[in-house]
Amino acid sequence: MTETWIILGASSAIARAFARQQAATGARLILAGRNHQELLEQAQDLCLRGAPEADAAEFDIRNPGTFAPIIDLAAQTTGTVNAAVFVGSMPEQADIDRDPDLLDTVVLDNFTGPAHFLHALAPLLEARGKGTVIGIGSVAGDRGRLGNYAYGAAKAGFHTYLSGLRNRLGRKGVQVITVKPGFVDTAMTWGIEGMFLVASPEDIAKALITATRKRKNEIYTPWFWRYIMLIIRNIPEFIFKKLSI
Amino acid sequence: MRWKTTTYSGWGNHLRATGQLARPEKTALLAPLLADEPAPAIGNRRSYGDACLNSDGRAIDMTRLDNLIGFDPDSGTLHAQAGVLIGDILDIFGPLGWMPAVMPGTGFVTLGGAIANDVHGKNHELTGSFGQHVASIELINQAGDIETITTETHPDLFRATIGGLGQTGVIASATLRLARCPGGTIAVSERRMADLDAFLDAFHGSTATYQVGWIDMGARGESMGRGILEEGSPAEGRFAKPRKLRAVPFTLPGFAINRLSVRAFNALYLRRVPKSGRERERPLRDFFFPLDRVLNWNRVYGKRGFQQFQCILPDETAPAALREMLDLISASGIASPLSVLKRLGPGRAGMLSFPMQGFTLAVDIATKKGSNALLAS
Repeated sequence: MTETWIILGASSAIARAFARQQAATGARLILAGRNHQELLEQAQDLCLRGAPEADAAEFDIRNPGTFAPIIDLAAQTTGTVNAAVFVGSMPEQADIDRDPDLLDTVVLDNFTGPAHFLHALAPLLEARGKGTVIGIGSVAGDRGRLGNYAYGAAKAGFHTYLSGLRNRLGRKGVQVITVKPGFVDTAMTWGIEGMFLVASPEDIAKALITATRKRKNEIYTPWFWRYIMLIIRNIPEFIFKKLSI
Repeated sequence: MRWKTTTYSGWGNHLRATGQLARPEKTALLAPLLADEPAPAIGNRRSYGDACLNSDGRAIDMTRLDNLIGFDPDSGTLHAQAGVLIGDILDIFGPLGWMPAVMPGTGFVTLGGAIANDVHGKNHELTGSFGQHVASIELINQAGDIETITTETHPDLFRATIGGLGQTGVIASATLRLARCPGGTIAVSERRMADLDAFLDAFHGSTATYQVGWIDMGARGESMGRGILEEGSPAEGRFAKPRKLRAVPFTLPGFAINRLSVRAFNALYLRRVPKSGRERERPLRDFFFPLDRVLNWNRVYGKRGFQQFQCILPDETAPAALREMLDLISASGIASPLSVLKRLGPGRAGMLSFPMQGFTLAVDIATKKGSNALLAS
C-alpha cells in the first residue's frame, strides 16, 4: 500500500530532509509551500531520489483558500494519507515588542493556520482510519521565556491543539505526533548568537521517521531536550521570572 | 541573507580562518547574493589544507544547495546542484547501473568541490580526473550573471574553472557523465609488498581498474617502503544497505598520534592481510570511502590538526625520489599512519590540475614540533 505524505512548508531544511528520507522508502509526496518554482525543483529532486510521484502544490498558511485543493489531491490517492506540518515563523521578540501587530502573524503561522489545515484534513484521515500527523512544535512552547515568548506562546497553543487532535483521531486509528525540536541547524538559526547543541536537519528527520514507526505521541528531538526542558519547566516561577535564559 | 561570523578550517584542522559565511538554502538566493557581495563558494570542507579558507573575507557555503536536477538513464548524464555529495550520487544511482566515473577517498565531498579541485581516484590511470567527466558547468560570476559553460563554448574559462578552487565564480550546478556500475561490490585483491621496489614493480604490472597502495612509513632499512597493494575490479554483487556510521565524539589530545601508537597501528594494519594475500568482494562504499565509516576521524589528530603532504613524481625519478622522502620522513620520527601511494596517468581537465603521469605519494602528518621543518624540506 502506498504512503502519501503531505508536507506543509516543504522547502524548510527539516522538511527537505524528511521528504528525502520518505522518498527513499518509496513514498508519494505532496509538497506544499509558497515558492512554486522552488517546490518544482524539489519535486524533481525527490523523484530522482526514489519517490514514485511528487507534486508541488500552491500553499500559504495565511490563505485558507489554498487548503482545499491540497486535501482534494490527497483524497484522490489510494493508500495511507499522512501529513507533516513544518510551517512556522519566528520573528525576533524585539521586533514584536516594537510592532505588536506581529503577534497576530506569529499566532497565525505557528498555531491557528496549521490548526485550520489539520481541521480540514481530519475528516479524510478519519475516513481512511489510518495514517500519521506530525506537528512540529518547539521546546520554546514549554515555558514563556524573556527572549522568545510570543513564538513560544503560539507553539504552546499548537501543542495543546495537537494533544486534542490526538485524542480525537486516535480513536479512528490515526496517530498524531507532537515534535519538540531543540536548536536545529537551519536558515532560521544560522548566524544567531547563543546556539548550542545544534542538531542537523537530517538527524531530526530521522527522529521523525523513527517516531512514526514507533507510533509515539510526543517526542523531544534530539532526545536530551526532554531533560533540559524538564529542568526548565520545574524552575519555580518566582525564580524563573528573574532569569533570562 | 544572514552572514555568520565564524572560525572554520579545512579537513586537516591545521589552518583556520575567521570570516563570514552565508549558507543559502534556496536556489533563487544565490545569484542575488553574488551580485550583492561577490564571494567564493566552499563545499563540505574536505580539502586538507587552506583551499576553502577566506580569512577576514566572506564565503558561500554551498552544502544546502544539493538538488538533483535531471538524469538521463540511457546515457547516464546527471545534472545536479553543486552541493550534492559524491557518496549520495553513488548510493542513488549505483542500483540504477550508474556511478561517478571518478571518486576521491571520501564520499563526503560535494560535486562543486570535486570539480574545483579536479579530484582523482583510485582509477586515475585508466579513467583520468573528475573534470574529464564533466559535460557542462553552470557558473555564476561576480556580477551575479549565470552562464552555462562547456569545453566548446568557453574552452579557457571551463579549463580554468575545473581545478580552479572557486576563483572563476560560483559553480551552481554541473552536468556529469556517469560511468556504468555493474553491481554493488568491488572484487578486491590485497597483497603485501616487501619493499619499495616490489611496490613500484607491482604497480607497473597491475592491470586492475582500481589501484591503491598503503605504505608503512615506520619501516626502515630493508623493509623501507613495505605496505599493501589493493587492486579492485567492478563486480556484480548485491548493493549493501547503508551501515551505521561510527564517530570520533570529541577531539583527542594531541599526543594520541605518537610514534608508539602509529607503529602499533601500522603493524596491525600490515598484518590484517595474510602473507599469502587475500581476495574478497567488498561493498562499493567500503572500498571507495574506507575512512567514511568513522565520522570526524580528523579529530584523532588533536586540536592542532594535521597536514597532508602530497606530491607527484614522474616515472623516471619516482624510485629515487620516493626513497629519499621515505628516508626523510621515517628519520624525522614524525609518524604517519596514513600514507598512500598511487599510480596516476596523464589525464587532467584543468589548467591548474594536480595529476600527471607517474606516482603520487600522500602522507598525513600531525602538526607537531618539527612537522613544518619536515614539510619544508
